[in-house]
Amino acid sequence: MDESVILGIKDLYKSFGGVAATNGLTLDVLEREVHAVIGPNGAGKTTLVSQLTGVVLPDAGQVVFRGRDITRMPAYRRPHLGMARSFQITSIIHDMTVLENVVLAVQAKAGHSYRFWESAIIDDQLTEPAMRALTQVGLETEAMQVAGPLSHGEHRQLELAMVLATDPELVLLDEPTAGMGREDSTRMVSMLESLKGSRTIILVEHDMDAVFALADRITVMVEGRAIATGTPDVIRADRLVREAYLGEDINTAIKSARET
Amino acid sequence: MKSLTLRGWVTLVVLVALALLPVFVSMTGREFFLVLATRLVILAIAAVSLNLILGYGRMISFGHAAYLGIGAYAVGIPVYYEIYNGFIHIGIAVVVSAAFAFLTGLVCLRTRGVNFIMITMAFSMMVFFAFVSIEEYGGDDGLVIEVRSEFGQWVNLENDTVLYYVCFVSLLGILYLIRRIVHSRFGMVIQGARGNEARMQSLGFDTFRYRLVCYVIAGALCGYAGALLGNFTSFISPEMMDWTRSGELIFMVVLGGTSSLFGPVLGAGLFILLEEILSGFWLYWQLIFGIFLILVVLFAKGGIDSWLGRRPER
Ligand SMILES: Nc1ncnc2c1ncn2[C@@H]1O[C@H](COP(=O)(O)OP(=O)(O)OP(=O)(O)O)[C@@H](O)[C@H]1O
Ligand SMILES: [Mg+2]
Repeated sequence: MDESVILGIKDLYKSFGGVAATNGLTLDVLEREVHAVIGPNGAGKTTLVSQLTGVVLPDAGQVVFRGRDITRMPAYRRPHLGMARSFQITSIIHDMTVLENVVLAVQAKAGHSYRFWESAIIDDQLTEPAMRALTQVGLETEAMQVAGPLSHGEHRQLELAMVLATDPELVLLDEPTAGMGREDSTRMVSMLESLKGSRTIILVEHDMDAVFALADRITVMVEGRAIATGTPDVIRADRLVREAYLGEDINTAIKSARET
Repeated sequence: MKSLTLRGWVTLVVLVALALLPVFVSMTGREFFLVLATRLVILAIAAVSLNLILGYGRMISFGHAAYLGIGAYAVGIPVYYEIYNGFIHIGIAVVVSAAFAFLTGLVCLRTRGVNFIMITMAFSMMVFFAFVSIEEYGGDDGLVIEVRSEFGQWVNLENDTVLYYVCFVSLLGILYLIRRIVHSRFGMVIQGARGNEARMQSLGFDTFRYRLVCYVIAGALCGYAGALLGNFTSFISPEMMDWTRSGELIFMVVLGGTSSLFGPVLGAGLFILLEEILSGFWLYWQLIFGIFLILVVLFAKGGIDSWLGRRPER
């Protein structure tokens, strides 16, 4: 295997009650690239991310992270290898403050948490990296507020801050701009741009402007399979992809995808 | 000095009142109040320990009274064999409670919601029936404890006032302990898992194991309370572990305010006062009491502690 492959996905299958959400997916993600995964609704993008993070276990196939088979590794162990994910539907701890949310993310990486005596929230070893992550996403002034009542855009920022705070090698972002207005979404894209090159990013995204602005390579998924992988230029020019995603007629694309 | 909130004042007044109660009793000669207060303080410890899992971890255990029973029998059985050393009693109470919490926790913490409630209740009933069936220790007739635990010459529990102060200081110590735990890294993980378990796992926390440890701590603390209860009542029976007793502990916590440090103490206090007042009035006081508790649960989310103006912090 190529030295620079950080994540190898081989022949992955997952079906839910007979519906194949992942249907023989094979894909290599390279070290330090931004790898965008696009595809129509229900193509299986979130299911893919969930299998990579261990939330959903595949029926068959293999996931290899840095030469290590992690296909069946429990979800809570994977972050310790250097993976972190954000959720398409915001997943934060609503009754805690913004800072506490991020402190937990730092804590997760700072050894075990069977420490019963010292207060966590006044521990510089936790709060300093947490504040740095919050500053990075522009949420530092909200640090002391309870997370739940914040706006949708702020929730998305917090979601990203929690990912950054774990300082991962591999970042899996499931539609980071989901439900954002144009302004917030532009800010999110420039934030992601600043991460580019320092870590590997798998970016699931519907916003094509964001995808073409950020991605080094793009994989197009239809019905649980990768129908094309390549640089933005290659993907733009690809006939199947144009039909599948960038064009209007998804059905023909699916049909031709089946034929190939 | 920081100015006290209403909540702070109530806490202070209750603690000072409890601290000075024996003085009042010795002046007025009303031993009855000392008995009442000792029971209150012991049940408060049990409620505070339950709150660690129920309030901070949202593990709604309906079997917490089992630990009171285990702790009480950890005094009663050794005394039956003429072993009076209090350190041995406490040691057995804490270790057996922790072991019971660990073994049952392995099973019940794999479930959630109503299943968790039912399984914790089932385990406590197992202990209940186990003690009912052991004829040697009185079966369901119970066991009389003739002698209280011995702690050397300095602490003589046979003196009711000393016993009371041991219970009271224990309560203070355990409140402080819980306070430290709740704000520690461990406490953050427990509360994070209460809020969003899936997220905590995706951050890298093995939430099951953290919960299990929390469950064991709560069990051990309640076992300690049980050892105090065994000394206090001088008569113990499996009835102490009945599921209705566990229900009463839940009510104390909910009444006082879940995931508030001092709330369960207030809840235990109010519970005991109402029990005394209502049972004097009417045979079916539990009915009124039940209705009252349902109203509290429905309309006073956050319990007494939220009426005292608790801010939405922990
Ligand atoms: N837990 C589940 N149970 C049953 N079916 C599921 C489950 N998760 C996903 N599916 C199905 O699998 C298919 C792929 O879903 P997935 O959420 O992965 O798509 P997606 O590409 O992320 O879509 P979107 O762009 O809308 O987010 C869909 O048909 C979906 O209904
Ligand atoms: Mg999705």
